[in-house]
Amino acid sequence: MLRLVVRRLLQLIPTLFGLTVLLFIWIHRLPGGPAWALLGERGNEAARRQIEEQLGLNEPLLVQYGRWLRRLFELDLGNSVKTGQPVWDEFTLRFPATFELGVTALLFAVIIGIPLGYFAARRRGSWLDVTAVSGSLLGICVPVFFLAMILRSIFAVNLGWLPSGGRLTTGIDATDVTGFAVLDGVLTGEFDASWDAIQHLILPGLALASIPLAVVVRITRASVLEVLSEDYVRTAESKGLRKSVVRGRHVLRNALLPVVTTVGLLTGSLLSGAVLTESAFSFGGIGSFIRQAISDRDYPVLMGFILFIALLYMLINLVVDLTYGLIDPRVRVN
Amino acid sequence: MSTKTDKIDRLAALTAQRETTTGGSLWVEAFRRLRSSKMALIGVAIMALFVVIALIGPWIAPHNPTSQLWRDEVFTNRGEFVGPRGENWLGLDHLGRDQLSRMLVGARQTLLVGVISTVLGFVVGALIGGVSGAALAFGGRAGQRLDTVLMRFIDMMLAMPSLLLAVSIAAVMGQSLTTVMIAVGVVQVPIFARLLRGSMLSQANADYVLAARALGVRRRRVVMGHVLPNSLGPVIVQSTLALATAIIEAAALSYLGLGNPDAAQPEWGVMLAQAERFFDEAPFMAICPALGIIVTALGFTLLGESMREALDPKLRS
Amino acid sequence: MPLLSVDELKVTFQGQGRRASTAVSGVSFDVDEGQVVGLVGESGCGKSVTSLALMGLLPKKGVRVEGRADYRGTDLLSLRPSAMRDLRGTQLAMIFQDPLSSLNPVVPIGVQVTEILSRHRGMRGQAARDEAAALLERVGIPDPTRRLKEYPHQLSGGMRQRALIAMAVACAPRLLIADEPTTALDVTIQAQILELLKELVDQEGTALLMITHDLGVVAGLCDDVNVLYAGKVVESADRRNLFAEPAHPYAHGLLNSIPRLDAPRGQPLNPVRGSINDQIAWADGCAFAPRCDHYTLECLEGAPELGPLAGAGAPAGHQVRCVNPVRERLETVTLADVGAGDDSPAEPVTQKEETSE
Repeated sequence: MLRLVVRRLLQLIPTLFGLTVLLFIWIHRLPGGPAWALLGERGNEAARRQIEEQLGLNEPLLVQYGRWLRRLFELDLGNSVKTGQPVWDEFTLRFPATFELGVTALLFAVIIGIPLGYFAARRRGSWLDVTAVSGSLLGICVPVFFLAMILRSIFAVNLGWLPSGGRLTTGIDATDVTGFAVLDGVLTGEFDASWDAIQHLILPGLALASIPLAVVVRITRASVLEVLSEDYVRTAESKGLRKSVVRGRHVLRNALLPVVTTVGLLTGSLLSGAVLTESAFSFGGIGSFIRQAISDRDYPVLMGFILFIALLYMLINLVVDLTYGLIDPRVRVN
Repeated sequence: MSTKTDKIDRLAALTAQRETTTGGSLWVEAFRRLRSSKMALIGVAIMALFVVIALIGPWIAPHNPTSQLWRDEVFTNRGEFVGPRGENWLGLDHLGRDQLSRMLVGARQTLLVGVISTVLGFVVGALIGGVSGAALAFGGRAGQRLDTVLMRFIDMMLAMPSLLLAVSIAAVMGQSLTTVMIAVGVVQVPIFARLLRGSMLSQANADYVLAARALGVRRRRVVMGHVLPNSLGPVIVQSTLALATAIIEAAALSYLGLGNPDAAQPEWGVMLAQAERFFDEAPFMAICPALGIIVTALGFTLLGESMREALDPKLRS
Repeated sequence: MPLLSVDELKVTFQGQGRRASTAVSGVSFDVDEGQVVGLVGESGCGKSVTSLALMGLLPKKGVRVEGRADYRGTDLLSLRPSAMRDLRGTQLAMIFQDPLSSLNPVVPIGVQVTEILSRHRGMRGQAARDEAAALLERVGIPDPTRRLKEYPHQLSGGMRQRALIAMAVACAPRLLIADEPTTALDVTIQAQILELLKELVDQEGTALLMITHDLGVVAGLCDDVNVLYAGKVVESADRRNLFAEPAHPYAHGLLNSIPRLDAPRGQPLNPVRGSINDQIAWADGCAFAPRCDHYTLECLEGAPELGPLAGAGAPAGHQVRCVNPVRERLETVTLADVGAGDDSPAEPVTQKEETSE
């Protein structure tokens, strides 16, 4: 098992390496070159020359690449043009918020999506099935940010049931321990702070969940339909087993295998979605920060984010692959 | 008149009654099933409507979509947005322009972005996927290596979130309509590439390919004449679905301020993005372009999904 | 009274917006206690659908099942689903064609055997595991305790079928239905599996309904044989009579088509011409008419009745559905050829275990 993990980790290296090369080329292709990118709109010719001097931009490209790569290894992604703070620090500060939001969205997708997909397949052609299928088609077609606007307008602005934005209500007593608002409340015993944070997560979580939910419903439904027609389900029925055993052990156990892979692959689209959702709810995570960075053309931040997300995406998929090996005995042996 | 012919005739008549309607090629069969699918019909209807609007929109628009005809009215009632009324069926936007005219004219831009970016993704993706699949299946050791390199490249693209890929491209190329198309198209490349490669590999292992090779058919002919044509089905289906995604992605880019910088030129994604600021006071301004995008994307998705179902042998019964 | 008496079983599939198609159009036959009955026919003749209908395993939607199937006085076809669930596994059990796809790939063999024990015999824990191991041992799986922990893909084809047989006989059912249990297996293993089935039904006095297209299997195993064509029984006789004097042109053609080693070289084979697609509706006449060499216009006057074979010296219980039955002893096929000369199996089987890996 350990050997497998190490081997899979090593396989990531060429892809990551390629990515750094692409990014390096990208920085040098930016109008005005890397110095301009670092200075942003505040730059002038003198400052540019100074930076080029400082960063050794006159040296051969290969030397520059080597130096840049070494800094990456030290988690030095440069400083944000806008805030002047190290990009890495900006990320770690905001990561908990985005993580909470992502987990909320995934929970919505899985808790609602799997049962919905399952029952839609079981009652193929019923109104439930038709609703689930058309709902999931619609879910894919509604732009995430528009859904965010609608949800916010209905449930926050007009009905006032839920907060319209932010992570916590201002003025609420919350101690920051880990940065994860919900967890902090539990750790410090400030449960109303946790509850407040959860309320703030519901609407953006729902908006962000729309596409993953649609995908989970469709995959689960298709997978259950396929398993229901398998010979082994007929065998289980021929043994006179109880319905619950046939459905749980024989149908669901097999039908959920492809769902696991899909949920893993969804994390990439969740992070993109966070960029769109967070800003609609002024949710202070990485997503809002990135949207700001896009409009500021804050290239060090964007570059760092691309690397960060690529690495995260690959690691999550690695974990999913390994989990798959644990739950599917056929893969385990090979 | 003889009993013998009578016997045969009666039998033939009875047999003909029972003639089953199976047979016909995969595509003919798929088309027949597609025609009887309600989902596909709705999809085609929406698609046709959208294309017609995109073609004739500028001629049937009641007003000039870019001139701020009711500018004074909007600016004097600050905060009071003008909703639908006799003169402007879909109301006015924040600069006093006629929404209906903007919707009609904007359809063309939206269609253009969708189609061009999808074609781009299709061509580049199919090229990479096709070369990769053919190399792996028939190229021996060297082909295997080529496939590995190409697939690592595709993995890299998949690991980058589409929006950031678009941002990066916009940063290098400058912000323009072309950038939007390229950005949205590039995002589709890995999907098409993986799909065609996978589809070709499963075809390459099919018995008929083995038979063709055993008969001494040249590798190039096997690939071009048998494997490729039989692998294209899922890729073509995907392109319909990709069109829907492209329209939505383009809207997202506009929302992030990376869309077409020519703000005067109406386009649904840009219109929706601009309406965000006024959403609480004038939701109608956002709902029009949003519905346009949703319905169009839904049309393409419905068609794509029903095509996929029609072509999937597993779902046939 | 027979153990199972099927009377005019009819199964119609009706898909949404599609023409209804009749898979089984009035099948009747009996199975006595401890008897081995064959249901023979080519693919598409409705033999598998018949077995699924008896087990209550056909989908509820889009399928209409008519007729009666009396099992010890209860009609299986009109039984409530929950009551049917109690019968399956205990009274009736079934073995399927493809042992790999018939086993759940992600659940260990042991669980798949013990689940039936816990459901019907209330066995739990170690007791269930011990019984499962004993069952595997009984069907000839070596090292059963180890096998219990393994997954289906780790077993060989023959082992998988043995495991499925173990599950089927776990609660000593009175009737075992085997749907082409050897078709997906290697020829050498086929004989072993047939021998195992024969042994099990002999020991327990279990009745066996054997569904097959393989006349060799019929010859080696069955007491009574029903030949199916296009969803109806066209001939029903005991094994010896059927092989000696097949009266229905279809059954005659089937037996006549078996290639013979002692035939002179170059003599053509005698296939049944056409395919199962060349048929007419039973309502119009005999479905086999388009392929039949004895076809006359009377064949088109509605479906012929299944009736006793007429004529002098016709054995009792030999029934045929034909207006022009073949009245010749099949000289070219002797009982010895199909291994039906005595009650020994089709070929002498040395009980040699196949290796599993």
